[in-house]
Amino acid sequence: MESNADYVTIYVMGKKHEVPADLTIMKAMEYAGHQFTRGAGCRGGYCGACATIYRKKGSYKLEGALACQKIVEDGMYIAQIPFSPAEKMTYDLDELRPDANTMLEYYPELSRCLACNTCTKACPQDIMVMDYVQASLRGDIEQAAKLSFDCIGCGLCAVRCPAEIVPYNVATLARRLYAKYIDGPSQHVLDRVEEVEEGKYDDEIAHLMEASKEELSELYNNREIDLK
Amino acid sequence: MSEDVSGYLDYMQESIKKVEATRASRVGKSFTPMTAEERQRVLEEYHPDWKMDQKRELRIGPSKGELMPHEVADILEAHSAINPDEIDLSRIDYDVDVLVIGAGGAGLSAALLAEENGVAPDKILIVQKLRLGDANSKMSQGGIQAADHPNDSPTIHYLDVIGGGHYYNKPELVEAMVKDGPGVIKWHEDLGVLYDKLEDGTMQLAPGGGTSRRRMHSCKDYTGLEITRVLVDEVVNREIGYVEFTCAVEFIMDDMGQVAGAVLYDMDSDEYKIARVKSTILATGGFGRLHIQNFETTNHYGATGDGIVMAYRAGANLVHLDSTQFHPTGSAYPEQIVGQLCTEKLRARGAQPVNKDGELFVYPLETRDVEASALIRECYGRELGITTPSGVKGVWLDTPLIDIINGEGTIEREFAAMFRNYNKFGIDIRKEPMLVFPTLHYQNGGVEINVKCETNVPGLYAAGEVCGGVHGKNRLMGNSQLDLYVFGRRAGKAAAERAKKAKIGKLNLDHIGRYENWLKQEGVETERKSPILLPEYRGEKTLEHQLKIL
Repeated sequence: MESNADYVTIYVMGKKHEVPADLTIMKAMEYAGHQFTRGAGCRGGYCGACATIYRKKGSYKLEGALACQKIVEDGMYIAQIPFSPAEKMTYDLDELRPDANTMLEYYPELSRCLACNTCTKACPQDIMVMDYVQASLRGDIEQAAKLSFDCIGCGLCAVRCPAEIVPYNVATLARRLYAKYIDGPSQHVLDRVEEVEEGKYDDEIAHLMEASKEELSELYNNREIDLK
Repeated sequence: MSEDVSGYLDYMQESIKKVEATRASRVGKSFTPMTAEERQRVLEEYHPDWKMDQKRELRIGPSKGELMPHEVADILEAHSAINPDEIDLSRIDYDVDVLVIGAGGAGLSAALLAEENGVAPDKILIVQKLRLGDANSKMSQGGIQAADHPNDSPTIHYLDVIGGGHYYNKPELVEAMVKDGPGVIKWHEDLGVLYDKLEDGTMQLAPGGGTSRRRMHSCKDYTGLEITRVLVDEVVNREIGYVEFTCAVEFIMDDMGQVAGAVLYDMDSDEYKIARVKSTILATGGFGRLHIQNFETTNHYGATGDGIVMAYRAGANLVHLDSTQFHPTGSAYPEQIVGQLCTEKLRARGAQPVNKDGELFVYPLETRDVEASALIRECYGRELGITTPSGVKGVWLDTPLIDIINGEGTIEREFAAMFRNYNKFGIDIRKEPMLVFPTLHYQNGGVEINVKCETNVPGLYAAGEVCGGVHGKNRLMGNSQLDLYVFGRRAGKAAAERAKKAKIGKLNLDHIGRYENWLKQEGVETERKSPILLPEYRGEKTLEHQLKIL
């Protein structure tokens, strides 16, 4: 398509390019001739593969964004951070308890949190990162799980944290603990699994599997619809 | 939001006023669902699958004569990306029991189940073109179906699936999916996946297009993200082997006619690596980035149909590739996100598709193929859509209804991702509708499997979107998420069992020569090579994605 917008100047890792002003950073980099292997994933704001830092000409501020979600601006100096070195502890979830001790056992650096809020400012998802780090520290697993839920693990918080915490790995542990031990399984799911294992639906389904297309379409078109 | 974009343009605002004017009268009202005959008519007249000039019969191989989109036939009627003479099969880089190709929902599940079924973690290798978990699975917003509510049953689910698929589904695969469904949810909860619940601890369930019960389990509108990141975490915890930015380009066979490994390509170093394997699981996902009929797509960057290419060269059967899923509601504006998914759950929670005059024109929860066709008809048949400056047409998805019907705060709580993405472009979906048009979403067909995920090629298993047969010729919302885990788990278990007794013979790449002969015999003259691994968007191609569909 013809681009209706004007052009802006961006610098991809220092190299100058003129690109249409209405492109995202990701598309602008492609327009400038880059083919991504690293640094691109879902291209829709769901995976965190395209973490990017930039500084605008004349600004002291180092900013972070997802390349697929941020429109280029004139004078942007851009570098991607497609990978952050981050310690991910390994654990057997079945052996853990959902409390502060567990969080501190695996991620003792939590206690180094300065409450400086740099992580929150760095988050392209606008998550209250510092608040869930603090919740993890005091063992409020529910709060940590819920506040961190929209995290896509892009890594920008971890590269900015002066206490060298990796918030998104802490968050994953908190959410898994909360889901398994505090929220717990739904009883109706467990009941249904048991019924299936007992073979309760075998005959009904076998009947449908043997039905002709005419019989099936008769049953389908007249099936009861209950969306209450 | 950026200074360069300020929400909707003036002429769009004029149409939005008409949408607002009819909104109150549409609350609590719906549109009569189509009859079976009306559905058939709108499909034949408007669904892209019915445009026969956009397809051709495949000229070579075991599924010769199968009708499929030109874009898919193009990657199948192509030379191998490798020259077998340049590959040294005597230097084995990875010698493992189970190879999993692709690390989305199906691949991750398969690896975990292979481990649970007795394969040592260091005897499993996951190869992944992008990062672990970077796949369409992660992008699923609306939810996952499973018949676990007391008013529902696997039998009812079966009928919804097979009717929605127009009775082309393989019955035994549908049976496996609906019966395993509740067990998958139980498995997820045990691994610590955080599902949306009601206050009494039961699942919060939503309907979807073509479902006769509320059966959609969700994790806000980050369902796939939540499940995927838990599975990735667990794969790492169990120290299962994996290598990222490495993709498979061809299978390796042995002298007993089995798949016995794969030629891998390291995308960082541009080197080929050899994996020798007892059981191989293909979980490479779909082909959205082929942009069938020039449609934009919801798919992730790596969805280039590599799996069907490799499997076909090895002699696997392909089924139902004539059918492609177009999701009814892709974003049509703003420009930066054209084609991206606007989850079906928006309609499940009350959003209605309305035309430029503010009229509701279709039952919001028809099956995806029918709903998509109705949207195309509204834009191109009745000319009642809105055209954006770049020529994309769309209709409104009236999202403010969601908060009106379910209470203020619902959108922010349940559609955090949608709300956030649109906000970045100056559009508040609590107060303004979204402009939408169908977008390429899912590969309905693919590699043929049985209930153990075996293909017709010994040693080769397949699971997830790369397969065909589960969903027939139209998939219902939330059944792909379910399919991934059901068949990923089955593939992992079966592959582990086979690996315990399988013996590997002498490795060869003779099937690539055989494929060359097929091309020659049928007079296919082309310079195309496949798999293509990544789409080409460099330079002016960045700007080429205009919809040229009708």
